[in-house]
Amino acid sequence: MLSFNILILVATLYVCFLFAVAFMADRRARRGRLGWLRSPVVYTLSLSIYTTAWTFYGAVGSAVRNGLEFLAIYLGPTLVFVGWWWFLRKLVRIGRTHRITSIADLLSSRYGKSAFLAVIVTMLAVFASTPYIALQLQSVALSFSVFAEASGGEGGPSLNTTALWVAAGLALFTILFGTRTLDSNEQHHGVVTAIAVEAVVKLVALLTVGAFVVWGVASGPADILERIAAADISVKSASGSRWVTLMVLSAAAIVCLPRMFQVTVVENSDERHLATASWAFPLYLFLMSLFVLPIAVMGLAEMPAGSNPDLYVLTLPIFHDQEALAMLAFLGGFSSATSMVIVAAIALATMVSNHVVMPVWLYFSHTSVKLSGDVRNVLMVSRRISIAAILALGYGYFRFTGGSGALASIGLIAFTGVAQVLPALLGGLFWRGATRRGAVASLLAGAFLWAYTLFLPSFEGSWLMPLSVIEHGAFGLDYLRPRALFGAAESDPLVHALIWSLGVNALIFVTVSLLTFPAPLERTQGLQFVNVFQHSSGRGAPASMAVASDDLLILAQRIVGSETAVALFRAAAREQGKSGGMPDPTREFVERLERELAGTVGAATAHAMVGQLTGGATVSVEDLLAVAEETAQIMEHSVQLEAQSRELSRTARELQRANEKLTALSIQKDSFLSQISHELRTPMTSIRSFAEILRESDDLSPEQAKRYSSIILEESIRLTRLLDEILDLSVLESKQVVMKTESGNLSAIIDRAILAATVAATPDGKRPLLIERDQSAEDMSIVCDLDRLAQVFINLISNARKYCDAEEPALRIKASRDKTMTVVDFIDNGTGIAEQHRDIVFEKFSRLTDASAAGSAGLGLAISREIMRNLGGSIELLRSSSGVAFRVAFPTAQPSAANSL
Amino acid sequence: MMRRTFWGERMGKHVLLIEDEPNIIEAISFLLQQDGWKVSTHSDSSGAVDAVLNIGPDLVILDVMLPGRSGFDVLQDLRRASQTEKLPILMLTAKGQARDRAEAMSLGASHFMTKPFSNRDMLAAVRELAT
Amino acid sequence: MSDPSGPQFLDVRSYRRKRIVDAAKLLPVIGSIGLVAPVPFFFASIGETGQVVPLALYFFGLWLVLIVLAFVLSRILLGDPAADE
Repeated sequence: MLSFNILILVATLYVCFLFAVAFMADRRARRGRLGWLRSPVVYTLSLSIYTTAWTFYGAVGSAVRNGLEFLAIYLGPTLVFVGWWWFLRKLVRIGRTHRITSIADLLSSRYGKSAFLAVIVTMLAVFASTPYIALQLQSVALSFSVFAEASGGEGGPSLNTTALWVAAGLALFTILFGTRTLDSNEQHHGVVTAIAVEAVVKLVALLTVGAFVVWGVASGPADILERIAAADISVKSASGSRWVTLMVLSAAAIVCLPRMFQVTVVENSDERHLATASWAFPLYLFLMSLFVLPIAVMGLAEMPAGSNPDLYVLTLPIFHDQEALAMLAFLGGFSSATSMVIVAAIALATMVSNHVVMPVWLYFSHTSVKLSGDVRNVLMVSRRISIAAILALGYGYFRFTGGSGALASIGLIAFTGVAQVLPALLGGLFWRGATRRGAVASLLAGAFLWAYTLFLPSFEGSWLMPLSVIEHGAFGLDYLRPRALFGAAESDPLVHALIWSLGVNALIFVTVSLLTFPAPLERTQGLQFVNVFQHSSGRGAPASMAVASDDLLILAQRIVGSETAVALFRAAAREQGKSGGMPDPTREFVERLERELAGTVGAATAHAMVGQLTGGATVSVEDLLAVAEETAQIMEHSVQLEAQSRELSRTARELQRANEKLTALSIQKDSFLSQISHELRTPMTSIRSFAEILRESDDLSPEQAKRYSSIILEESIRLTRLLDEILDLSVLESKQVVMKTESGNLSAIIDRAILAATVAATPDGKRPLLIERDQSAEDMSIVCDLDRLAQVFINLISNARKYCDAEEPALRIKASRDKTMTVVDFIDNGTGIAEQHRDIVFEKFSRLTDASAAGSAGLGLAISREIMRNLGGSIELLRSSSGVAFRVAFPTAQPSAANSL
Repeated sequence: MMRRTFWGERMGKHVLLIEDEPNIIEAISFLLQQDGWKVSTHSDSSGAVDAVLNIGPDLVILDVMLPGRSGFDVLQDLRRASQTEKLPILMLTAKGQARDRAEAMSLGASHFMTKPFSNRDMLAAVRELAT
Repeated sequence: MSDPSGPQFLDVRSYRRKRIVDAAKLLPVIGSIGLVAPVPFFFASIGETGQVVPLALYFFGLWLVLIVLAFVLSRILLGDPAADE
């Protein structure tokens, strides 16, 4: 009998051969000589990862136990592929135009590039796939042990050790060939080619074993048919609810399983390959199942009672001393297991790193996308770690369940788990009314019901869900029994779980979608997905985006690498009819770039990154207020900065974020915003710089640290004041403000204003302002918003204090009134305002003198003008012989009101 | 980050900072001095060109929004003078608009940075331009 | 209007093509009906062990028919340059 060592040797050689194949294919691909690498045959063969070890070995076992049931697992996918024109064609077209990287990315992209949705799908996929991977490890370990037993027993390692080695080897292979390049297409030519080879090996293996059984063991087809007829094989399973359930499940799985999505959509290099696969893949499945029944009946007839029917494919040849054939069968099973694990690990790692690791990293990385280090490195490392982690999870699960019988039903449990994606997927592709909320709600509900009715009960009380819950329902409530929800009479747990989870899932999806309203981005994405064949570019006017192309280039280089990015930009420039240089950042180009980047980092992340550079579509007061509010929150932090350097760094980050928003806003050529940006950035520059200095320098003296902290505080106060003024101005300008009507004495208001305006210390090197007034003339009652009026007076008096350049600065306040208007003049004795500046003093940010001396943003007079306008009055600059003269006028109180006082 | 790793190499290298905000002047001066640069400052646009010619720095950091003539005007003057034709000039602006960047580059600025900047980027830019 | 057969020819082609797309869309529908519905109908005495052979032959036969039809349709659709609807 074959010695165990030879088996190890052959397996190792086979693995080396696969390495070589993957390596050569990768090299060919990198040299651009794709040729047969992209043929429809390779594409079809790569789809064969659908048939895992679970079907390679398990189909025979299933035939022994459940008769024709195994056929449903192949017939479901057959229907999907035969009906490619309906669904797969659309899926592949969308995947290619939108550069979709995974099933999670597809849903995220369709539903408004929702990051949350991607996370849900990723988690669901990881949960459903881990046991499946464990199953593959188990099958390889079991097949090793069969040989170890056959060759005399003691020499072989334990199941666990074998599984560990296999998991480690697969991790190595997947990392080597699955993350060699970060292609924006996420295509892995090396891996796909190796898998195509494995597909051939497993088909040849199964056909050879089948042929041996039919012509070698039995005496031909007629004999086999007779034996099948005589054998005790059930046919009940080929109809009824379980039969339909299995067809639906397997049809759903062929599109929803992450690994199937990877090979069908992501690795697809030509849509026309799908046409070939539409008949070739069903043919492959046909051949794979052709000899299942013969092997099953011959196994039943020949093998000793009690031997595992799941391993007949392997044990029958051994039993007949066909060593080479047994070896071939072993390699077939080995291929089935390894190819599934490799692709599943790649697909899951892509999802985990794009939708979980990258967003988290982006959120916590200190600097903006543009300034940060090479995103590619982070991505690469996170992919590799994810692959290793996924295989470790699979191995951990294998150890946890101890390779018990619990694994046997795992294939179908995994199918049911990923099938929860189906309603959101179908709805997203065919129904424009499907909304993100609907998708999120349906996925959460479906995943919960799947876990409750099928996944958790499959542990039979050993994990999370205790046996009492499985038997008597949660909280002892009978109608919550996981296998008979609300007293459902279905006895088959799989059918029960599928009907409940998928039914509720679809119902919630439709209901919530009907009730909610999609966001604009969702609507445009929905339109592009549903009508993908009608317009590859259903977008608005080719408006030019206000973003520098070189900024985009820097971003693109960080993500897809320098060469690819430059090539992309060159091509775009050529398309725009330019002979060289940068392409114009048209809307179309920016959108395409976003899609390219989405190919590497996922749609939501790419959208966020590009959005950082390009900014929103229009600027509204809401935008401004949102930014102001955010900045105001940051101010609260800044005030506490003095001793807390940790706080400092956080504030700096938030300032940066607010500032980035400001950057985007200022691009809108609105001069007001541009000014605000400048006024905010100036203090922020000091705050940020000193905050970083405080954080980074350990050798500051306490005095220095204190001084820098107080600069930060001082600049924070300046920012706060500026924000207050901006807010005040925007409220006043929007005319939303309601002016109070109250009566008071003008003289008292002027008293109050003088007091408020002179409370601060006199600026350095200036003499105190002398104020001349005629109290008796001021003694008149007025009806007005007194606080607002005082605000105007304070502003005028402070301006005189700050800007009056006379040797002995003095301000004269003169009040008078007639029937309609009350007038107050403020006249100082300085040199006045030059003729060319007279027109602009009331404009926003029109500071006529040196910026820093003023310590204000130059909004005071603009605010004063708005206040007076709101009060039904005016403020104007008088032509006076000397000094600056402002006249404030507002309506005199109505006679009736005046008389009553 | 702000270690004086290249102290010896930078000895004597001189940076002139033309900027009007006293706190920003203090921040940049501290930062560059700590990194081993000699820093002079000038706080308005009038006489800025003369200051450059007198001091003869290895690098000029020039703010765009200066009281009086703008930094762009100063940049233009410097590029016209034969002594400063090739002098590295780092433009700073708080407006951060794409067209400012385009204008600075077309007028011959060696590099362009937006306020607020990270100290690390500022140091990296200065190191690259002046060595 | 010099060559009236030209446009007519194109019309016939696009008409033919539409019908082939119809057939391609119909195929999975027919397949699922054939694989699910008639089983209890034709094999009324299901449960007797001997029934497994005709039943299996029926499934494999239908399967093969679907594969052949898909092959023919995909060939026709592939040969047509205007692949979009």
